[in-house]
Amino acid sequence: MIVGVLREARAGEHRVAATPATVEQIRGLGYEVVVDAGAGAAAGFTDGAYEAAGAAVGEAAAADVVLGVEAPSRAQLDAVRPEATVIALFAPAFDPVMVEELGRRPFTALSMDAVPRISRAQSMDVLSSMANIAGYRAVVEAAHEFGRFFTGQVTAAGKVPPAKVLVAGAGVAGLAAIGTAGSLGAVVRATDPRPEVADQVRSLGGEYLSIESPEVEVSTTGYAKEMGDDYKAREAELYAAQCRDADIVITTALIPGRPAPVLITADMVAAMKPGSVIVDMAAANGGNVVGTVKGEKAVTANGVTILGYTDLAGRLPAQASQLYGTNLVNLLKLMTPGKDGRLVLDWDDPVQRSITVVRAGESAWPPPPVRVSAAPVPAAAAAAPAVESAVRKPVTAGRKFGAVSVAALALFLAAGFAPAALLPHVTVFVLAIVIGYYVIGHVHHALHTPLMSVTNAISGIIVVGSLLQIGQSSTAVTVLSFVAILLASINVFGGFAVTRRMLAMFNRS
Amino acid sequence: MTATLAAQAAYLVAALLFILALAGLSKHESARLGNAFGMLGMGVALVATVVLAVDGDVSTAGLGLMGLAMLTGALIGLRRARGVAMTGMPELIALLHSFVGLAAVLVSWNGFLDVEHDPHGHEAQALDALGTLGIHHAEVFIGVFIGAVTFTGSIVANLKLSARIASRPLMLPGKNALNLGALGLFLALTIWFVITPDLWLLITVTALALALGWHLVASIGGGDMPVVVSMLNSYSGWAAAASGFLLGNDLLIVTGALVGSSGAYLSYIMCRAMNRSFLSVIAGGFGIEAPSGSDADYGEHTEITAESAAELLTAARSVVITPGYGMAVAQAQYPVAELTEKLRAQGVDVRFGIHPVAGRLPGHMNVLLAEAKVPYDIVLEMDEINGDFADTDVVLVIGANDTVNPAGAEDPSSPLAGMPVLTVWEANKVIVFKRSMASGYAGVQNPLFFRENTAMLFGDAKQRVEEIVAAL
Repeated sequence: MIVGVLREARAGEHRVAATPATVEQIRGLGYEVVVDAGAGAAAGFTDGAYEAAGAAVGEAAAADVVLGVEAPSRAQLDAVRPEATVIALFAPAFDPVMVEELGRRPFTALSMDAVPRISRAQSMDVLSSMANIAGYRAVVEAAHEFGRFFTGQVTAAGKVPPAKVLVAGAGVAGLAAIGTAGSLGAVVRATDPRPEVADQVRSLGGEYLSIESPEVEVSTTGYAKEMGDDYKAREAELYAAQCRDADIVITTALIPGRPAPVLITADMVAAMKPGSVIVDMAAANGGNVVGTVKGEKAVTANGVTILGYTDLAGRLPAQASQLYGTNLVNLLKLMTPGKDGRLVLDWDDPVQRSITVVRAGESAWPPPPVRVSAAPVPAAAAAAPAVESAVRKPVTAGRKFGAVSVAALALFLAAGFAPAALLPHVTVFVLAIVIGYYVIGHVHHALHTPLMSVTNAISGIIVVGSLLQIGQSSTAVTVLSFVAILLASINVFGGFAVTRRMLAMFNRS
Repeated sequence: MTATLAAQAAYLVAALLFILALAGLSKHESARLGNAFGMLGMGVALVATVVLAVDGDVSTAGLGLMGLAMLTGALIGLRRARGVAMTGMPELIALLHSFVGLAAVLVSWNGFLDVEHDPHGHEAQALDALGTLGIHHAEVFIGVFIGAVTFTGSIVANLKLSARIASRPLMLPGKNALNLGALGLFLALTIWFVITPDLWLLITVTALALALGWHLVASIGGGDMPVVVSMLNSYSGWAAAASGFLLGNDLLIVTGALVGSSGAYLSYIMCRAMNRSFLSVIAGGFGIEAPSGSDADYGEHTEITAESAAELLTAARSVVITPGYGMAVAQAQYPVAELTEKLRAQGVDVRFGIHPVAGRLPGHMNVLLAEAKVPYDIVLEMDEINGDFADTDVVLVIGANDTVNPAGAEDPSSPLAGMPVLTVWEANKVIVFKRSMASGYAGVQNPLFFRENTAMLFGDAKQRVEEIVAAL
């Protein structure tokens, strides 16, 4: 089959659905690739580069599998053949008009932004890969607008305090922003209604600000949900306090299928220092900040810049194309089980079912819900008894004393009734065991193998017994002694020599 | 000073030198000195014994045979010691255990031939006069039993470790009953032998103990080998101690007790590291448990190429390498050492995290890394490194599986539950070197492989590490 890579129809879209690198991977699955002329120009990939990767330049919309970034234009959709499959970001959850439009057409349409959040599908999760880029770019845009350093410095020309960055929402985009701002040297704080992200925030060098409320949630879908009034009141207090202090605010709060929640009110913006920058990453869905203009830069009366860009990922076109292209390759891998260049739509696979908007002209939207694996499976209840048995009860001092007393009495009786000739040997034996226990307890863990070989060598001391038996009486005894001396000598000499060899290897740096 | 007294004094000195030898192993710096003390102690003991033998009118032929046996043994031992590869240490140590076991059997048989078989000889008469003839019977019997169990057990361990027989556990029906039955039979036979010390009883117990030793180790799987080897180390000590009782030789008793408790302590450490009771290892029932939740959806693993791994390593500030038995199998310790050296030269902080049961012998990984010239001060124990994973950029898991399984810490229904593991998943990025997605020794799938921050690098560990070194 032929895979076509569309030239994006919208003027401001710089991304492309395949890069020369992913074209090679697609060809590796057995497909031929056709690229629209100039498809990758805005992302810095020339037609020549695609041709060098084995693609032909031609009409992509006429291919069997058509790849796009954004939804193709009406003209492009008209050119698609009836039995073809179109894969792009159709945003079916937000764009009922598009779903209806696709339903009128005979082909199959798959939407990459509908990939369910299950671990198996991570490699195709476009929302995550784009959010990662957008989070990075949000910090870069903010740094561009912000008239100061991010990092604190003490220079001959005076002291520079570090910038303070507040990230609202620690999803993929938020975490990327935290990491980027942190590596530029800023002091980063982050909020999120899901307490389980606190560790992730800290792992990227951010400080997690928790909102103390009984409502804090462990998400079952992996996404945040809308919170109640009490929580919102506490949240507003926190944001008001943080906004007065922060130089940069980056908001990323989105709730699937609903308008973005307002986190930063007009009062909070008014309280911010002049020169501060807000990046509202939820601008496309209505914005988290009062005063955001979708797709534009706005400056408030008190000199706060609010960036409402909706194409943050597209502002890194080469990177975004590469990641999106790889997501597409992973989907094609899943849908090309034979690696023979034949696309197969497996209706029973929840991933493929979820992304299908239209199958051969029949509307398949919305798909049945997929249970996601972000939350632990509640199977732990069945395993509870195992936990109890695994935890041993600590032995109390009294019990220990009792046990030792009983053992001491038993030893006393055993020794007392043992034949007198045996007692001195038993004394030596018992004391040697105790010495052995304490000496071995101090042996360095790394030297356990040399320990074993040295104990091998010294247990060759059994040779002493045979040395006294050889040549004393019968031939049988002498023969057996001879063999025993031979074996024990191997131990003595071999054991010490190998220990020596090993110990010579251990060197300090 | 008579020869006997001089020998006693020399034995006391030798016993103390042996204790110093073991004490010296507590630190790397004093370990070599400790080994020298051990050799000195052995020398003192041997010279004293030879003097004693000469004083006890040993025949010239006997003296010659003595020298011949020691010389031959020394040559064989030194050759083996020089030639053995460090990956082959487990086999060698198991083999050496078997020699001690066999020597103990022979010493006890000699005791029998000297005394019980010759009831009118002067030694038997002397013991009878002291009233300790019954004790001598029991000592002979016990010495043969422990020695023979050690002998065949170690032989089987050696064969399993050198892969000359399959390492999977032998599953005879009612194997616990067989073991317990053999022990019960041994007790009954001991009492019988003390009453009537007949030759056939001794032959029976020798055969019984040989069979028991074989069965005991044959029914334990390959992954439990660290415990088995240290357990056999302990047995060989008890066998030497039993011979000491038989001969009334305190040096043998002291040495045997030292070695016996040393092996027992190591077995204890190993069992604790696997969160298992000693008995359950000996009974060898671990692999049978049905791994629960194996049908769970673990998601998909991510693969990575050697080049990308090299890039990650170059960009990292701190790297921890956690090797396992797979590294030894692939002989990857040399390229790993080279990788370590290169990264350290680039200013990357590289350290090693060793799980107590990694490898087939306690401390096996340390020896392998030392052989490849990895400095020992960057090779850390699990408890020393576990707190640092959260600050680590990249972890390389080379040939380890169960020892880095998060299920041990997180999934109470897993067969590995409660086993202390290296918490590699707390690191920023984990790269797992593995031949395939097959599960580890415990037969448990490893959720680590499916984590977001984990990438799999498939293929032969040695080859892959070499590729990374080349890409650096």
